[in-house]
Amino acid sequence: MIEFRIHGRGGQGSVAAAYLLATAAFEAGLMCQAFPAFGAERRGAPVTAFVRIGHDPIHLRSQVRTPDWLIVQDDSLLIDPNLTSGLKDGGSMIVNSARDSNEVASTFGCRALCIDATQMAVEEIGRPIPNTALLAAFLGLTGILPLKALGTALRGRFHGDVLENNLRLIERAARAVPDGAWKETEDA
Amino acid sequence: MRDALEGSQAIARAVSLCKPDVVAAYPITPQTHIVENLSKLVAEGDLHTEFVSVESEFSAASVVLGAAAAGARAYTATASQGVLLMAEVLFNIAGMRIPLVMTVANRAVSAPLSIWNDHGDSMAVRDSGWIQLHAADNQEAVDTTIQAFRITQETELPVMVCMDGFILTHTMEVIDLPDQATVDAFLPPFEFARKLDPQDPKSLGTLVDPGFFAEVRHSHHAAMAKALSVIADTDSAWESATGRACGGLLTVEGDKDAAVGIVAMGSTTGTLRAGMAHHPDAGPARLIKLRSFRPFPAQALIEATDGLDHLIVIDRAISPGLGGILGTEIAAALADVPNAPKIHNHALGLGGRDIPETIYADLMAAVTDPDAPLVFDADMAKLAPEDR
Repeated sequence: MIEFRIHGRGGQGSVAAAYLLATAAFEAGLMCQAFPAFGAERRGAPVTAFVRIGHDPIHLRSQVRTPDWLIVQDDSLLIDPNLTSGLKDGGSMIVNSARDSNEVASTFGCRALCIDATQMAVEEIGRPIPNTALLAAFLGLTGILPLKALGTALRGRFHGDVLENNLRLIERAARAVPDGAWKETEDA
Repeated sequence: MRDALEGSQAIARAVSLCKPDVVAAYPITPQTHIVENLSKLVAEGDLHTEFVSVESEFSAASVVLGAAAAGARAYTATASQGVLLMAEVLFNIAGMRIPLVMTVANRAVSAPLSIWNDHGDSMAVRDSGWIQLHAADNQEAVDTTIQAFRITQETELPVMVCMDGFILTHTMEVIDLPDQATVDAFLPPFEFARKLDPQDPKSLGTLVDPGFFAEVRHSHHAAMAKALSVIADTDSAWESATGRACGGLLTVEGDKDAAVGIVAMGSTTGTLRAGMAHHPDAGPARLIKLRSFRPFPAQALIEATDGLDHLIVIDRAISPGLGGILGTEIAAALADVPNAPKIHNHALGLGGRDIPETIYADLMAAVTDPDAPLVFDADMAKLAPEDR
């Protein structure tokens, strides 16, 4: 079982990202579980969401305390030293940020990659919602799930221009990271 | 068909498959997505029902009471304060023996205000005379919802399907939704023999003098006892139809030869199952997943706990001044059983306190700790010394 924790701010689609990742896992033939950290939802406030995927049925229902992967949608959250709390040894984080990846990696003492998903989203979908680009970049890096599974998940959730723009965005974002660079840790 | 669905979305689709004639509900967290999804199904033409938007839960319960009394298959859903606002009507529905299905997206009751999960709401109407079935996961919630429509018709007892708020309602997981033909074959058309009919006038819920009230209550209690086999048989019929069962009244799993047993209701059982698998050093346990809380399956519990030395009972609510509710009831059920297990009753996850996998090892260790607190995961350091 692989566990993910997604950190973002209200309005960035963190919960949607969790559901999309889980749906993509299902489309790829895996079991999945996704849920938000249940709190008062408001735009701009920190939001956390959780995803588990694996080959076997998932029974555990606690919040994800020891994630294998962190997906950080807003780099203003990097001021929190507890952001990587519980991250497994060898765990990694992908951050929506224009910052230097090495600097973030050394701050948190884990492997990190920064990608400016907001900028790509603004250019491709016309809105600063980084979730689908960040997921696509993550899948490109790790190869945990095929990008086409994310495309299928998007088709189940969006229609028309929003869908087409997002499909273009995820192709671009996946190409923007070194293909399969983090693939060695794949273990669903 | 298998799909990755949010619990609430799946419940809305399960209800839709049962073709209710009337749906009335007032949105309240964490039930909201169920009602939203139902109204979306209506708006998109996928569900043909009289969807009544009401101004409160009291009205929601009153509308479905009236609808069912007039011979309609009816459904509502609520949580927390909504259950309490419905309370008067819930007792009336049950007392009049009206067939109805209601989802309770279990949530703590104020004060202090909490939008998060525990079982305080459904426990508050424990004695209303409704059947109360608890779902351990979203597949069980879907399957139990469909079964509930059949159970309520057969027993003329209203059925409350309890699912943990947020933990199930807001969780996406892989769910197998049956097709319409399967549900149509499983669920007979709704018929209510005592329905209100201008051609055959009758009254429901009228004044009963002391000469009859006791008999009405006795017959209600007797109907609940008879419902035990209906609940088990309906689950068996569902298994024949779909290959899936929810465990009837209760399920025994884990290590059946273990000296320690753990009883829980709802989603906690999954976390305990994971905890046992990942903490073998804590020792094995017999896990008892209780599905039917009302009617209370005392005999099934006596059999399920046979041979145990210790029985840990998990409550997700407390009765202040008494303690655990399920724990107290199980202790009563086992009172006359020779060599009954020693009961260790703990409340967990109150007001949404996250229940980690490690709770399994902590609970197992507490079997030998006579000072283990009732509210097991309360942090005593946060309390003034006199409140500990």
